[in-house]
Amino acid sequence: MKRIGKIGLGIGLAIWTLMPIYNMFLIALDEDADEYTGRIWPSDWNWDSFSVIWNQDYWYLEHIWHQFGNSCFMGFMTMALTVAIGSMASFALDRMRMRHGWALGNAALLTYALPASFLAIPFVRIMHLYGLSDSLWSVIAAQTMFAAPYAILIFQHYGRLIPLELDDAARVDGASPGQMYWHIYVPLMAPALVAVGTYALLLAWNEYLYQFLLLSSTESMTVAVALDQFFDSDEAPWNYMMSTAIVYSLPPIATYYALRRYMVAGLTMGGVKG
Amino acid sequence: MHDMGAARERWHPRWPWRPRGSERAWIAAFLIPYAAVFVVFVGYPVIFGLWMGSSPTLYADLARDPKFLPTMLNTLIYTGIGVNVTMFGAVLLSGYFMDRSRWIKALLVLFMLPWALPAIPAFLAWHWMLVGHWGFLNSLLDKAFGIEGPIWFNDYWSALGSNIVATIWKWMPFWTLIFLAGRMAIPQEIHDAADVDGAVGMQRFAYVTFPLLGNLYLICTLLSTLWLIGDFTTVFFVSGGAPARTTEVLATYGTHLAFDSGDPPLGSAAMLSILPLLIPLAILLIRRVRRSEVQL
Repeated sequence: MKRIGKIGLGIGLAIWTLMPIYNMFLIALDEDADEYTGRIWPSDWNWDSFSVIWNQDYWYLEHIWHQFGNSCFMGFMTMALTVAIGSMASFALDRMRMRHGWALGNAALLTYALPASFLAIPFVRIMHLYGLSDSLWSVIAAQTMFAAPYAILIFQHYGRLIPLELDDAARVDGASPGQMYWHIYVPLMAPALVAVGTYALLLAWNEYLYQFLLLSSTESMTVAVALDQFFDSDEAPWNYMMSTAIVYSLPPIATYYALRRYMVAGLTMGGVKG
Repeated sequence: MHDMGAARERWHPRWPWRPRGSERAWIAAFLIPYAAVFVVFVGYPVIFGLWMGSSPTLYADLARDPKFLPTMLNTLIYTGIGVNVTMFGAVLLSGYFMDRSRWIKALLVLFMLPWALPAIPAFLAWHWMLVGHWGFLNSLLDKAFGIEGPIWFNDYWSALGSNIVATIWKWMPFWTLIFLAGRMAIPQEIHDAADVDGAVGMQRFAYVTFPLLGNLYLICTLLSTLWLIGDFTTVFFVSGGAPARTTEVLATYGTHLAFDSGDPPLGSAAMLSILPLLIPLAILLIRRVRRSEVQL
């Protein structure tokens, strides 16, 4: 009886998870580009929309591979910067025994008192001021700043698993803090670094508002903004849009599944450690 | 629990080293990247935003806008239901995924897909699934059960509900993973002791697992509340505010005011109006995070 319940819940979860994803393929594979078909199964497996993307054959998609490159650059830059800046800050706060280090780490969390979207309005104005509007760097900066507090939170909790005696031993051997960071802290923190990096990448890939407000030229645009252009016209080919959306989803999904083993280990927050 | 923490604290000699000359320089070098980026890209915009939204007349204007209070209410309903269902579901599901049989492991891999899927494709899929007479869901209801589904985005409650369901779909996997990690950190001896004492099923969950996960649960709830209150993407893509902009939340409303109506100060004011709720939540989060340091 219990087993049947478990299997039933499992099937329910699978359907719940897959339904919207199945719908993406249903639209992408539909040849007449009309969403009001009432079909629940593709009439024929029409992969044309993917070749249209490959060849950039539609005017919304003319620069799609360049924009795809922009998305990748933005995502992986956010990932690298979040991990670098966050781990350096938490190393200084925790491992170097700075007085009130915890208080500073918590102050970073105060960033969350103002959610990202609430900061967007002044942020856009100030990027104009800095001459960074329509630049990928402004988006990368914004996303790094919103991933960093969470990164520091996770690093501080995870870092408590590493005995401070290791640092002392290294100090006695004459290691500089820079060497301690690079040869002790970074290797031992690897699972947390990978987990937070994946988190930052997915955050950047999920984010839309800042890209939408800051990137206006086709040159600097990311795929997220390009996708929204389809809504500008009434007669948009929705199958092209959906197949673009599917292609756009591949890098984060691949990254997540490649690094999945580290996630559970790296994301353990200290709140329950025994 | 607290006694143990205190005992451990006393047992360890506290900080034999203090940073000296050259170490101070290293600390500065490690902190400067974060501090500099923070000041330039968060500090200044925050101050600028507060300054933009500081005039009291803006709030009088907002109060006169008939859309303002409903939007505020939507934000609270959306966040309140979204966060609590997500968290409660995630904590229960994490128990389900503790079973390490092969097919449940495989199911976990599949279940994480919505989190790895970027938000825009995910919410576009939800939008097309529900839109019009013949979105996928209605087609399915018709083909499978002969039921004619409603036009989901034509009714306030079903449109708001669609946004909430989509956000739960997207975020529940992430929190399930966090709680799963939390459960795995509970030492097996505690479960064994509970077994000896005869705690089973709900009892075990209520008296053993949940109290141990309590602080984590609270931290996660606060974090996700702070994230969801400012959520723009879900509402923008799933319902798009339909019907007739009645399901907008503060983030979409403020953005419309600032960039479509060309009134950035009013948009800032709209978003700042929820600050009295956000600041206590953020402070509570910080205190909880600090407290967890001395627990068990």
